[in-house]
Amino acid sequence: MTTTTLRPPKGPIERSPRRIAFSQKLSRWDIKLSPYLYISPFFILFAVVGLFPLIYTGYISLLDWDPIRHSGKFMGLDNFAWVLGQTQFWLALRNTISIFLLSAVPQLIIALAIAAVLDSNIRAKTFWRMGVLLPYIVMPVAVALIFSKLFSNDYGLINTLLSDIGLPKVGWHTDVIPSQIAIATMVNFRWTGYNALILLAGMQAIPRDLYESAAIDGAGRFRRFFSITIPQLRPTLIFVIITATIGGLQIFDEPQLFDSSSTVAGGASQQWLTLTVYLHNVGWYQNGKYGRAAAIAWLLFLLIVVIGLINLAITRRIANNDARRNR
Amino acid sequence: MTTTPDLEAVAAPAGALGAAPIASVRRSRRARALLNQRPGWVAYGFLAAVLAGAILPLYWALLIASGDSSSLNNQDLPWWPGGNFFENALKVLESDRVPFWKAVLNSLIVSTVVSASVVFFSTLAGYAFAKLRFRGKRALFVFVIATTAVPTQLGVVPLFIIMSQLGWTGTLGAVIVPGLVTAFGVFWMTQYISQALPDELIEAGRVDGANMFLTFWYIGFPAARPAAAMLALFTFIATWTNFFWPFIVLNPSDPTLPVALSLLQSNYFVDYSIVLAGVLIATLPLLLLFIFAGKQLVAGIMQGAVKG
Repeated sequence: MTTTTLRPPKGPIERSPRRIAFSQKLSRWDIKLSPYLYISPFFILFAVVGLFPLIYTGYISLLDWDPIRHSGKFMGLDNFAWVLGQTQFWLALRNTISIFLLSAVPQLIIALAIAAVLDSNIRAKTFWRMGVLLPYIVMPVAVALIFSKLFSNDYGLINTLLSDIGLPKVGWHTDVIPSQIAIATMVNFRWTGYNALILLAGMQAIPRDLYESAAIDGAGRFRRFFSITIPQLRPTLIFVIITATIGGLQIFDEPQLFDSSSTVAGGASQQWLTLTVYLHNVGWYQNGKYGRAAAIAWLLFLLIVVIGLINLAITRRIANNDARRNR
Repeated sequence: MTTTPDLEAVAAPAGALGAAPIASVRRSRRARALLNQRPGWVAYGFLAAVLAGAILPLYWALLIASGDSSSLNNQDLPWWPGGNFFENALKVLESDRVPFWKAVLNSLIVSTVVSASVVFFSTLAGYAFAKLRFRGKRALFVFVIATTAVPTQLGVVPLFIIMSQLGWTGTLGAVIVPGLVTAFGVFWMTQYISQALPDELIEAGRVDGANMFLTFWYIGFPAARPAAAMLALFTFIATWTNFFWPFIVLNPSDPTLPVALSLLQSNYFVDYSIVLAGVLIATLPLLLLFIFAGKQLVAGIMQGAVKG
């Protein structure tokens, strides 16, 4: 075990027992402490830039924070009262949930379809897999700049195409639902292929003989998909949905950069103001109202927890029902 | 069940076992053949449509970026890129209103440093979790996994206050330090090392007289190299594309690329062919990465999914 016993003693013989004892002790400490030393960078960093800020957010939300003196007067729940009294907050809450649904639901359905096709015995597998992943390497800011012009009201490609086939132009930058669809499209552009690959990996882990016996029993392709694939995919589905929830509800880049013409992000009448954009507006555009921004952060945190739990319950029920119907 | 005698079944040695197993073998073979059928054109058509959706927005950006200021409002879009891309790109790069070169350099520095650091510290921690014995290991590892569900972006307000008290706002350190090691990285490396590195190798290293760190450095780290490379790739992409925190903490005069792009858009340039040229320049490095390592990215996402 110890290092010195294997080495020939170098020093005078009478001194060697003490040195062995010392290095033995050193080696024992090495074995005992090293693991903690190796994992400590993560825990220290998480404590400083993750956990502490999150808790401190709660504290700041109770203060009237002065950004110059770095301190604040205690004011109880006044910040929360102020935030909850703002129409902008409720609009942002509505928009956040609606953009989340507009992106998460179609994205999941399309990703499932892509994964199912990729899971079949298709030619040029690697090519298609790489192909669907391409948008993942485009940064959200770039996606936002490209799509905001594709969805431009007057000369945008989408509206041009719409009027070419005889449909009326859509107010992508003026109306509530169209602007949110445009933003959801940006999210879906970047993440659908990524999620499809995760779902594909989950599908490939499903034992093939399940499909074989179903095929023997005469189950068609769609029956196999809904009765075997979906229930078997439950853990992967939960993983995808939870990560989509945590990320999707904090959406910032796309709505922030959707329109450059307004001075404060979110649209002239807050058509696509989301909670994180609102947090940023309050915290950094209104003379550093950090207390109020912190209150918004906590409310958003609450929303993420609530919707996360709802999602978990829904996913569990869907998958369970399917599994039960099978038996 | 076996009303139709089959030459193959009779000839097969399994015939001696009786009729029922043969029938089931034949049927499962038929089922497998059914499952292994090549999908029809609908499947390829669908995938082609998805691929078109992935490529066309980028191609459209190239069409505009290689045109001139009138391209955006042009009702008849050309099919092929024009000749002005490099001209537009130069206008972005040499602009005195947006420090684009600086942004490229900053993004390279931040992404490289963060990737290297995440790989080193995650491998170190992953090695400890996978191969070393210590008290509280299980609980600590569960804690690491739990932290991946914490929306840390919501701690921006205090984080910004901390950074401004340290005097770090506007410096690259403010962007680098919070990303130095990630829970995902630790989890990823733990999973890989626990199955890829035999315990005997570590014991051999210890018997040979290496101390704990040397054992890690010469045995643990090399064994973890494939997973470490993937982790570096994903961390690089995530850092390169990150906008929210750099946007808050950095100065417009010394930004990273996403922040610089957001500046391009905000009223500086009315000419959108220049803005989109900037967008494409900012995308190019990751596009190159994708061309050379796209396969690894696909494999990484799929492996992570199975383990996660």
